[in-house]
Amino acid sequence: MGLFDIFRKSTNSGTVAKDRLKLVLVSDRAGCSPEIMEALKNDIIKVISKYMEIDTDNLNIEITQTESDTDNGYVPALCANIPIKDIIKTGNKRQ
Amino acid sequence: MSEVIVITSGKGGVGKTTTSANVGTGLAKLGHSVVLIDTDIGLRNLDVVMGLENRIVYNLVDVVEGNCRLKQALIKDKRYNNLFLLPSAQTRDKTSVTPEQMRKLTDELRDEFEYIILDCPAGIEQGFKNAIAGADRALVVTTPEVAAIRDADRIIGLLEANNVKRTDLIVNRLRMDMVKRGDMMSTDDVVDILAINLIGVVPDDENIVIATNQGEPLVGDDSLAGRAFMNICHRILGEEVPLLDLDVSDSFWKKLSSLFKKR
Repeated sequence: MGLFDIFRKSTNSGTVAKDRLKLVLVSDRAGCSPEIMEALKNDIIKVISKYMEIDTDNLNIEITQTESDTDNGYVPALCANIPIKDIIKTGNKRQ
Repeated sequence: MSEVIVITSGKGGVGKTTTSANVGTGLAKLGHSVVLIDTDIGLRNLDVVMGLENRIVYNLVDVVEGNCRLKQALIKDKRYNNLFLLPSAQTRDKTSVTPEQMRKLTDELRDEFEYIILDCPAGIEQGFKNAIAGADRALVVTTPEVAAIRDADRIIGLLEANNVKRTDLIVNRLRMDMVKRGDMMSTDDVVDILAINLIGVVPDDENIVIATNQGEPLVGDDSLAGRAFMNICHRILGEEVPLLDLDVSDSFWKKLSSLFKKR
């Protein structure tokens, strides 16, 4: 048993394959490279920062699969998780 | 009502031609009229897998160019008289046929046959576009490998973009012993990643090689692969058939280990 436990500690190649594939398919499905994703993220930060103060360190933007509302298929979706630190009171500035 | 089914994969060498031959033969075995079309112009293969390579007179390009009538180019199968093959041309290239010509051809065949099975070439260029042009539904073949699944994902996207109404997945060459060891992605892993309906799982079976050597598709025989392909045919017809238990190595090892336990 002890001998087999040693082998089990290393991650199985099947799991490695699945994880690698998932990453590759994210950029394949979006039709864009990690560089473009990074640029997109920076632009989103720029736009949202006009209205609210956000936690850029914990911000997460990724392309995932989500069930379509119109038919039964799956469609890629851009999911952004953007923690807000504070709302910038633009109304006050205007007065 | 007839159905045009394209068998495609993106990556080469995953078993499109073998699947085409077995699905076509299986549907014929179940009593349906079937025509198989090899759309891989320049790399003709379906004829040898079907064992019909010596009977070719005319081919797909001859039909499209009007050098012969459609019926003259159709080769009757050795075993089933409701199964026909339209072979591809070996000395021409993919640009010899257009998607419009393929659509016209498949529509013409709808009058005569219940199932029109198109064996698609590898890649996503002209040959692929030709093959999917007239298709109602697609069977995407993949093996549980990173490269094959990645290409399958791309193909699924292209099929959707080209309005192929229905796409189902075949996982080919699965090795249960490797899956159990964790060294091969399981069927569930593949379905999870590709997110389309699974229509069958075919094990890696040496009987496939033997059948191909002999030029007689094994669909419907007692081998695991033969049963798996027959189940796929039943599912194409809309019947609900549970997935095969591919775990034969297990019983062998269990027997072996029980042998040792006795001592």
